[in-house]
Amino acid sequence: MTMTSPATSAALTKAAPPRQGAFLDRTETMGAIALAVLIFVILPLALDPFRLNLFGKYLTYAFVAVGLVLCWGAGGILSLGQGVFFGLGGYALAMFLKLEASSPENTAIQSTPGIPDFMDWNQITELPFWWQPFHSLTFSILAVIAVPAFFAFVIGTAMFRRRVGGVYFSIITQAIAAILTILIIGQQGFTGGVNGITDLRTMKGWDIRSDEAKTILYFVNGGLLFACLALAQFVRRSKLGRILIAMRDREDRVRFSGYDVASFKIFVFCLGAAFAAIGGAMFTVQVGFMSPSFVGIVPSIEMVIFCAVGGRNSILGAVWGTLLVNWAKTLFSEAFPELWQLGLGALFIAVVLIFPDGLAGLWKTHVNPRIERLFPRRTTPTVPAE
Amino acid sequence: MTRKTSLPPTKLSRRHFLATSAAAAAGATLFTPKGLRAQDFPTAAVNTTGLAVTDTEVTVGILHSVTGTMAISETGSVQAEKLAIEQINAQGGVLGRKIKFVQEDGASDWPTFAEKAKKLLVDDKVASVMGCWTSASRKAVLPVFEQYNGMLYYPTFYEGLEQSPNVIYTGQEATQQIIAGLDWVTQTKGAKTFYLLGSDYIWPRTSNKIARKHIEKLGLEVVGEEYYPLGHTQFNSVINKIKLKKPDVIYAIVVGGSNVAFYKQLKAAGIDMTKEKPLLLTISVTEDEIRGIGGENIEGAYACMKYFQSLKNPNNEAFVKAFKEMWGEDMVIGDVTQAAYLGPWLWKAAVEKAGSFDIDKIKEASPGIELTTAPEGYVKIHENHHLWSRTRVGRALADGQYEVVFETADLVEPNPFPEGYQ
Repeated sequence: MTMTSPATSAALTKAAPPRQGAFLDRTETMGAIALAVLIFVILPLALDPFRLNLFGKYLTYAFVAVGLVLCWGAGGILSLGQGVFFGLGGYALAMFLKLEASSPENTAIQSTPGIPDFMDWNQITELPFWWQPFHSLTFSILAVIAVPAFFAFVIGTAMFRRRVGGVYFSIITQAIAAILTILIIGQQGFTGGVNGITDLRTMKGWDIRSDEAKTILYFVNGGLLFACLALAQFVRRSKLGRILIAMRDREDRVRFSGYDVASFKIFVFCLGAAFAAIGGAMFTVQVGFMSPSFVGIVPSIEMVIFCAVGGRNSILGAVWGTLLVNWAKTLFSEAFPELWQLGLGALFIAVVLIFPDGLAGLWKTHVNPRIERLFPRRTTPTVPAE
Repeated sequence: MTRKTSLPPTKLSRRHFLATSAAAAAGATLFTPKGLRAQDFPTAAVNTTGLAVTDTEVTVGILHSVTGTMAISETGSVQAEKLAIEQINAQGGVLGRKIKFVQEDGASDWPTFAEKAKKLLVDDKVASVMGCWTSASRKAVLPVFEQYNGMLYYPTFYEGLEQSPNVIYTGQEATQQIIAGLDWVTQTKGAKTFYLLGSDYIWPRTSNKIARKHIEKLGLEVVGEEYYPLGHTQFNSVINKIKLKKPDVIYAIVVGGSNVAFYKQLKAAGIDMTKEKPLLLTISVTEDEIRGIGGENIEGAYACMKYFQSLKNPNNEAFVKAFKEMWGEDMVIGDVTQAAYLGPWLWKAAVEKAGSFDIDKIKEASPGIELTTAPEGYVKIHENHHLWSRTRVGRALADGQYEVVFETADLVEPNPFPEGYQ
């Protein structure tokens, strides 16, 4: 017996992007090159270290947006709690950096030197056992990915195995974001509470606060983002990606065809979580702190907005969307400190009303056809010489 | 400290700035003009580190939340700082240079505060920053100020346990707000038992820790201590416990929007604060919060602060008048608003004492600076960059103001790392 019924494979061909031999089609190649030029050439040349660091910060949100394109755009799983994974990844690295910053010499003023300052303020006199492993950078980096991915696995298993989906899934992810925020804020002796984990200084003795370090971290960040984009593209182009799209459009048919739908969903949800976690860790190291304000419901929804502005079906669009929204946010708020949120709100409304497919849709319907006209594809039949 | 307030937004009629600046200038005559001329202080000599200082202007930053949940609390600080800047400019500025300000919005979001602080220091090269409100926002910007060597004037009463050379703390640290108030309530009201409660984060917890240690030192008893998450609105269970334990004093450090629920429920449960059985003492409710709570719901409670709008002295009367002229008759002025007003004045005094805008020289010049014109009365900067100030107790009236019932005879020394209270 074949795995797919004729009806499903028809649906698949219809829903999936036309599969060509190449890893990227022409439009995607152009988009990827444009993005690479922007991130690796134009921005570093045009911006001072402060602004470059800001764009580095925006790009950390792009990891989340790319993960959302896979989960939501391709898989149809709308998670409104991606901040949870961003936060967990960020906290894992922040714990390592905080321990390094809390050497007994740096914290001699405390009642108990050698523990993070917020623990001292909360009358904790000993480093909790679960903080101990974060003395190791290797462990911390593993934890950045493993902890959020495992957490996503648990959530995913609990929900998708029971066939919880759609709106219910979104609501539960929101609840989880709220729960984790309350937990972090409530356990301030262990987590830094509302203040978060602040004043991170060095990584293995390397001062992460200097302009030079920030520039290097920016490029590392950009490199990681492209690695994630490549992985996301690989997933999308694989059979797995097409099954995801089939699932999004007709979950029942895929299930009746013999696929284990839940496993695919769990996988893509974990992958999205891992991407978000990498973003969180890069955020921590570039911005120099982590706080529960990234874990909650509002930032999680904001991340969905980045993805929606970019176009939820396009991984490159997600990056553009993130950059545009955050850059607009900075720009508006500097120009109009008291009214900027209205401007940002207007931007969102405009995008949703006028370009429901986001920036990617705009590109597809308006820009790309012109490019095609200007530079016809070499594969199009040309008039014979004679 | 962090406070969220669910007050109705005040009228944002702030654009009548220019129209009222003349009036503000009139209020400023209280401060004797020094008449320093810019040409006596060549820019090259007073600004050796490349700050935004020209022959005619100096740029400072204002960094508060004017959007988001903290906006209602921080708006007063922004207004007070702008008033102080107007008044300083009306008397000729600082070293003969007019103060220009760049305002940034922290948006009630701590990372945004860090981003904007960095922008002010790196891009705008401001000579000082008046800003922050919550401890969380201060903690977020502190590494930025230390790294880029900026100067922050921080207005809020807070938990202490911090002392940065790059910050002048114009509010009180915890012991300045707590100890004298507890002494007062035990001596004049004969209080023996206390019930501590607060919102769950570092400021209320640290403050209650200090309060508990002091109460125990006095040989008195704490009969309960509880914390609730920020934004919590169900206080019935703790109110029942209070009724059961019958403490002499409810020591409340509930912040933000929770206050509204807490005081209304307290009243609904039949605890009439005007009868003072139990008496309620708070360190978290200023005149600003009462606007949300409603004067009739908190009448009879006591608050321990360093400033109340009703203070009777010529400095304060001129300040209240100028503030209302600039921002509207219906404004109220709380403790933090007054502390924010001190920021620009203390910075000006430090610059003039140092004869320079250089941050390092201001740091050095700041300790020992006195301000005789402060609305709260005489203040002085301590070696530890906090202010010597009086502690006062006010009794809430139905009209939303406090009546000052006690003040310490002397200025209280700031002690951010109190021995025996940690």
